[in-house]
Amino acid sequence: MADDLELRFERTVQAEARIEPRDWMPDGYRKTLIRQIAQHAHSEIIGMQPEGNWISRAPSLRRKAILLAKVQDEAGHGLYLYSATETLGADREDLTTKLIEGRQKYSSIFNYPTLTFADVGVIGWLVDGAAICNQVPLCRTSYGPYARAMIRICKEESFHQRQGYELLMTMMRGTQQQRDMVQDSVNRWWWPALMMFGPPDAESTNTEQSMAWRIKRDTNDELRQKFVNMSVPQAEALGVTFPDPDLKWNPERGQYDFGSPDWDEFWQVVKGGGVCNQQRIAHRRKAHEDGAWVREAAAAHAAKQAVSKEGAA
Amino acid sequence: MSTSWPLWEVFVRGKRGLNHVHVGSLHAPDAEMALRNARDVYTRRNEGVSIWVVPAASITASSPDEKDPFFAPSGDKVYRHPTFYAIPEDVPHL
Repeated sequence: MADDLELRFERTVQAEARIEPRDWMPDGYRKTLIRQIAQHAHSEIIGMQPEGNWISRAPSLRRKAILLAKVQDEAGHGLYLYSATETLGADREDLTTKLIEGRQKYSSIFNYPTLTFADVGVIGWLVDGAAICNQVPLCRTSYGPYARAMIRICKEESFHQRQGYELLMTMMRGTQQQRDMVQDSVNRWWWPALMMFGPPDAESTNTEQSMAWRIKRDTNDELRQKFVNMSVPQAEALGVTFPDPDLKWNPERGQYDFGSPDWDEFWQVVKGGGVCNQQRIAHRRKAHEDGAWVREAAAAHAAKQAVSKEGAA
Repeated sequence: MSTSWPLWEVFVRGKRGLNHVHVGSLHAPDAEMALRNARDVYTRRNEGVSIWVVPAASITASSPDEKDPFFAPSGDKVYRHPTFYAIPEDVPHL
């Protein structure tokens, strides 16, 4: 019987059909998905902080409205993804607890500080650009609710990336000081953006099984290469350079060659040693704890309304 | 008391003339808040003209384990499809 179920699961996945919430699935598949989708959801929620940092100091009402809409989208993306994890039997409260206790991770990119307003533009262009590279193939991931959430998210990410690039183009048309600010920001974000694709394939422990289950569609190195190829002409059009002396076109490969990110730094930030790790989690914990009375009051109000409705009926 | 809000399933009508379609779920203390949250989470870009929210616990679903027997009654009734009937090609409008 179990073999039957497993066979049906394998066949569904091989046929590029989707696995849906109430289907039988291997425990490992369920666990891997919960871990990956929760980590993704946490990244969206924590990702509101670096940019939220600039909402009150946006240089114009236009930029402020755009930034607000973008940060609100990140919240929405987190919610689509939490909703997907719940179809797998995860509990929302439990996921939030795991995040604020440091038992589940989020993307390390959000442990870097946003020092200038140019960072808002560079995050949109490079960080959201890298996220799009990662996420577009996930629209075809084997788990239905995850794939559907990714489709919604990808549509909205396109606005994020374009607003960032447009912001940078505007700054590049400004003063020398503004252009320097953009280049400085690119210098700081380029390597962390490349790290967003995860460790090199040879060291990526989860890749092989995830590819077999069609949760993951491309390897870390394939996506990283694709991102570099896409970004170089965009940098040229903008008038900035990437801080990599090894970056150059390789006509034989038909791709750009590029240097290796500092993986020691990557692992250090993953393990909690980044500039903002503690601040990000402390802020999330405070927001959650400060909101406790609102959640309780709303639940109490709902219970009271339900009783008085029953009485009136 | 438990402070975790119940789960609601959200259905959105994209535009007039279309059915409501399931788009996801969310937590809210009551139906009214579920509707407001659904508007903010699922229709930030004019994705809908009407929203339904339904307590997730109220949904009864067919079980995927009994998929084959449950849908079997329609499997052997080919005569329900128009292609079952052979009609000469020169007969118009059929």
